[in-house]
Amino acid sequence: MDCSHVFDFKVKRLIVVFTLFLAFFSVGSPAFAQVDTLKAAEHSPAETQAKEKFDIGKFALHHIADSHSWHVIGEYYIHLPVLLYTSNGLVSFNSADFQYDDDAKVVVEKGGQRFVKMHEKIYYASPAPNEHGQYVQLDEKHHASNARPLDISLTKNVCTLLISIVIILAVFLNVASGYKKRKGKSPKGLQSWMEPIILFVRDDIAKPNLGHKYERFMPYLLTVFFFIWFNNMLGLVPFLPGGANLTGNIAVTMILAAATFLLTVFNGNKYYWKHIFAPDVPKLMWIVMIPVEIVGIFTKPIALMIRLFANITAGHILVLSLICLIFVFNSLYIAPISVAFAVFIGAIELLVAFIQAFIFTILSALFIGMAIEEHH
Amino acid sequence: MELLIPEFGLVIFQTIAFLLLMFVLGKFAWKPVLAAIKEREQSIDDALNKAELAKQEMARLTTQNEELLKSARAERDLILKEAKTLKDSIINEAKTQAHTEGAKLIEKAKIEIENQKKAALFELKSQVSTLSLDIAERVLRNQLQDKAKQEDLVANLLKDVELN
Repeated sequence: MDCSHVFDFKVKRLIVVFTLFLAFFSVGSPAFAQVDTLKAAEHSPAETQAKEKFDIGKFALHHIADSHSWHVIGEYYIHLPVLLYTSNGLVSFNSADFQYDDDAKVVVEKGGQRFVKMHEKIYYASPAPNEHGQYVQLDEKHHASNARPLDISLTKNVCTLLISIVIILAVFLNVASGYKKRKGKSPKGLQSWMEPIILFVRDDIAKPNLGHKYERFMPYLLTVFFFIWFNNMLGLVPFLPGGANLTGNIAVTMILAAATFLLTVFNGNKYYWKHIFAPDVPKLMWIVMIPVEIVGIFTKPIALMIRLFANITAGHILVLSLICLIFVFNSLYIAPISVAFAVFIGAIELLVAFIQAFIFTILSALFIGMAIEEHH
Repeated sequence: MELLIPEFGLVIFQTIAFLLLMFVLGKFAWKPVLAAIKEREQSIDDALNKAELAKQEMARLTTQNEELLKSARAERDLILKEAKTLKDSIINEAKTQAHTEGAKLIEKAKIEIENQKKAALFELKSQVSTLSLDIAERVLRNQLQDKAKQEDLVANLLKDVELN
């Protein structure tokens, strides 16, 4: 079957996205950032003992965290723009200005203000460096205690978010056009890939939990399902358009959970609220029951938030740790085992990507369903 | 612990992007897609129901046809039977009628023949009488041409008369 037109369509869109991407952001020159810790170790013999051991935890946490630059391959990075809302208004500059520094050692002066970057967070720089040459004040836990501007930069996660949205829109607008073109006929191409999943969300998630009023919540459930699923899978792609840990970021899961929470609260009927504030138990029990129920309103979305965040983050950490075994043992012979395990976990993660999207969606449907349930 | 603290920037972008995505998809993807799916399901259900109805109708028609055929056959038999009896009766009637008619004609013919015979006889009688008169006349004339014979005749006649 000739599917080349579908390819053309997708490829064109991708080309547009990446051209825009490259037009806006400068690609960095060969970087030395990746090895800066090792170099530092070489230069300061006192720290050599402590830093010689490869720290998986640090490495993994660094990779799953958000970042102001995007690692392409080898020593190439895309430096994403920094956008700060400071006390003097908006300030923007390219993150390349930090010169691969992530330890608050390079100060960027912009709009009369000075900024440093430490652990991918941007701080107002201190007037003078501390004893480690860092322009920040460190507290006893070695965290910077300087004030921070509101960081609304296009970070790696924000870019992934935008790319994923472009992909989702491209896919589903194409699917929708398929329904317009082949009205009342059997689905074809992308449409036949997505239709079973749309039907799955409708028949196995929405209908059993929401009853006859399911149609109102379909747009939310479908959007949330495909957003989580697509981003989970995009996170598993180890190179450029993917690789970010978007659905394993607490900010993202928080907003998704908040959406479910708001839908639950604003659609809750009198039975739902009566169940919380006047449950069918002896009045004396209300002292216990009402606080428990009120806490329950909030624990449900918080559980949603933590579950998705923890599952996806855990998956990323697991794969990273397995790959890091090569560096921990400092031996190439461990690589086959390491890679085999990483492939195995990767396959499981593909499953988890779907399952977590499903769980988030079905629990959202369940919570909303509990709030709108009619009692007879 | 830093992982558990949401970053302000991503919160803002996620909120805007997600709402936008939901709005655009809801308007341009989910609404037409779900409507189309529903419509198609409806049409499939309708088609299946119609097929079921058609099947029932078909079965009904078949039984009806069979009944019709049966009754038609019975009717045909009946008609044939009736026609046969009718034919027989017509033939019988025709026969009897022909008989009576023939008898009548024969009777008539007989009467006619009788009449004709009578007429012929009558004609014959009159012919015979004229003929005999003629003959007699001719004989007489012949007889009377000669005197002697006339006298003979008279004598004979007289002889007869005397006998009377």
